[in-house]
Amino acid sequence: MLSRTADSLYWLARYVERADFLARIIKATQRLATLPMSYSGTGTEWESALESSGAIAGFRSTRGKAEEASVVDYLAFASDNPSSIRNCIRYARTNARAVRTALTAEMWDAINGAWIDVSRYEPSAQGPSRYDREEISRFCELVKKTSLDYDGSVERTMLRNDAYWFSRLALFVERADNTARILDVKYHVLLPEEEVVGGSVDYFQWTAILRAVSSLTAYNWVYREGIKPWLIAELLLLRQEMPRSLISCYDNISYFLDTIASAYGRKGASQIKAHDVLARLKSLTISDVFKFGLHEFITAFIEDNDRLGEAIAQQYLQ
Amino acid sequence: MAEVSFFNEMTLNDGGIRPVYGRIASWLAATPASLLAARRAQAELLFRRIGITFAVYGDEEGAERLIPFDIIPRMILRSEWNRLEAGLIQRVKALNLFLADIYGPQDIVRAGRIPADLVARNSEFCAKMAGFSVPHDLYVHIAGIDIVRTGEDEFYVLEDNVRTPSGVSYMLENREVMMRLAPDLVADHRVAPVENYPDALLATLRSLAPPHANGEPTIVVLTPGQYNSAYYEHSFLADKLGVELVEGRDLLVEDNVVYMRTTEGEKRVDVIYRRIDDAFLDPRAFRPDSIIGVPGLLDAYRAGNVTLTNAIGTGIADDKAMYTYAPEIIDFYLGEKAILNNVPTWRCREPEALGYVQEHLAELVVKEVNGSGGYGMLVGPHSSKAQLEAFAAKLAKDPHQFIAQPTLALSTTPTLCDAGIAPRHVDLRPFVLSGRNGMKVVPGGLTRVALKEHSLIVNSSQGGGTKDTWVVEDVLFDDRACERPN
Repeated sequence: MLSRTADSLYWLARYVERADFLARIIKATQRLATLPMSYSGTGTEWESALESSGAIAGFRSTRGKAEEASVVDYLAFASDNPSSIRNCIRYARTNARAVRTALTAEMWDAINGAWIDVSRYEPSAQGPSRYDREEISRFCELVKKTSLDYDGSVERTMLRNDAYWFSRLALFVERADNTARILDVKYHVLLPEEEVVGGSVDYFQWTAILRAVSSLTAYNWVYREGIKPWLIAELLLLRQEMPRSLISCYDNISYFLDTIASAYGRKGASQIKAHDVLARLKSLTISDVFKFGLHEFITAFIEDNDRLGEAIAQQYLQ
Repeated sequence: MAEVSFFNEMTLNDGGIRPVYGRIASWLAATPASLLAARRAQAELLFRRIGITFAVYGDEEGAERLIPFDIIPRMILRSEWNRLEAGLIQRVKALNLFLADIYGPQDIVRAGRIPADLVARNSEFCAKMAGFSVPHDLYVHIAGIDIVRTGEDEFYVLEDNVRTPSGVSYMLENREVMMRLAPDLVADHRVAPVENYPDALLATLRSLAPPHANGEPTIVVLTPGQYNSAYYEHSFLADKLGVELVEGRDLLVEDNVVYMRTTEGEKRVDVIYRRIDDAFLDPRAFRPDSIIGVPGLLDAYRAGNVTLTNAIGTGIADDKAMYTYAPEIIDFYLGEKAILNNVPTWRCREPEALGYVQEHLAELVVKEVNGSGGYGMLVGPHSSKAQLEAFAAKLAKDPHQFIAQPTLALSTTPTLCDAGIAPRHVDLRPFVLSGRNGMKVVPGGLTRVALKEHSLIVNSSQGGGTKDTWVVEDVLFDDRACERPN
């Protein structure tokens, strides 16, 4: 297939996944921010939301204090935030439109329909959002439904060829990045020494993390015990059965890169990199990670994941 | 202007219904206005969902609009169509012979049948194509010929489009939408299908491949990109043909061979159905500022390593000044009388004609010979005094640039407007394919309709819409007596 087509499919999938992640961050933070100060800890939830989505610098240089309404506007709608949800869906559609012939009718419908709906929401002029919480909830649900629609149509209607493999590959590269980013921002509340017997002020922070990666229920099923921060870290880093864990993402990344390599009859830098990262994740236990330093581990992972992205681009997308 | 002076394709002056519209008239009478409006809204939603939009030049970047679709089909009898088809094939065949001659020996000029300076000084003449013979001597593989109707038996060619004509996707999608919105009506009429157009186009493109492709050519559609007004059509066609939709940056030329960049490395390309204008195709050969072209493409083409459809330099055959010579061109190459007439045209380059045009400006339509899309033209009867004066000055300054035609009494067909069903002016663009495997026209084409009352301009960029065009068998409609509404 054309490199440009692969590139567009790749970014289309990444933007849809990113929009979904941002919607979940907003929802989880809203929940956290409605708690009394003494439960939610610091009162800087919206700053964290900005950090987790990599938008803090852009926000600080154009907006004032990180208050709910202006952060929500920035993350959800702002036209000057390249990664606002509205922009993600717009770029997703632009990429989709550039490769219409590589999409099935259902995929196009999912993404074009999403843009028609999302574009009705107007950004404010670098100010607080013009929508109330109820409307923001509806918006976030719409975005979550978009990623479900889109994923569903990819799974159900695409031919199993390189177009499909690149789409799926991109989703897991983006997802690994998102999971790692939220851990990077929140790592301090997950350190074992923070545990306070008999309930912690951090409890709601932990559940907020799990919500942001739609894993709260999954946690309960996997561990069948109360929320423990180190178990959250384990769940999101090293549990194979957790679809958003780093290890699960890399399982998939390696699988799709191998499939592409065998179809094309040629391996390259991206396959080697992916297997390196996967092997490392497989060799570790969560106590190894804490010994190494959770923060250091995650920072190194984000760098590795970025390098993999570059390798994929160089090998296939240019 | 009185309505009565126009040929209404459904309703005769005495109120009788032309038989071919009999069932349409009954359908319109039986369907409440609210239901028609609902159907139209449904059609619009379908188009928007499918993403059939076009961008308007000069509009805010990325703005996409729908071309309004009218759900009342435009009817043509098979016997009428047969005559149109024969005329279209004759005309495009002659234009191909003309182009081979113009870029070769120029017999027609030496025979004195067209003025030498009309070729030599024509900005559409591409010197780089002279003396080089294109595959199978075919230049125009895809043509869109605009036809207007003015009476029961009167059809005229209004314009030839032999560069990169667009609109065929609307012809195809309009039919799909009609089959969804009014399946019984379509079935009742036994409408001649158009859905085989992509197959016919693919066969044409394959037939034009250079010999090295060994019958298994790699074909691509070359688009300027998604901000082009016809991008939807480009992607639609690539999809229906099952070929890659490429942009200039996806292609590269090495040793006069064209390749596309793929995830598996470079892959050789044999046939390019290009939807980029000549001037932007190759920055090394034509406009150096083109960022949508492919450097070195012309050399690869001239080396015979790749086929371009349409060929470069075809613009000289559809230039509005050359148009006026179409009957001579058909006679010269085929020894036949033109089956389809031209609209009577004054060539402003001729002093006598210019004098007439200047005196009758308020009655005439004046067009730039190289204009397109309805831009830069004067519709005399609809212009203010100031507009007429301004145009007269332009005309006096550079008469070579203009032709004039009478304001044609374009036929009308019933159209769903805000105020109900009303007659609106229409034209027709059928698409003619020419390959080594022969020529083909799918029955029908794109009917364009001027949605504004009294307007004669059907271009989508000027508020025109489209209709599905139905070619139907005479036997189904001939025997029905004209029905009068009671």
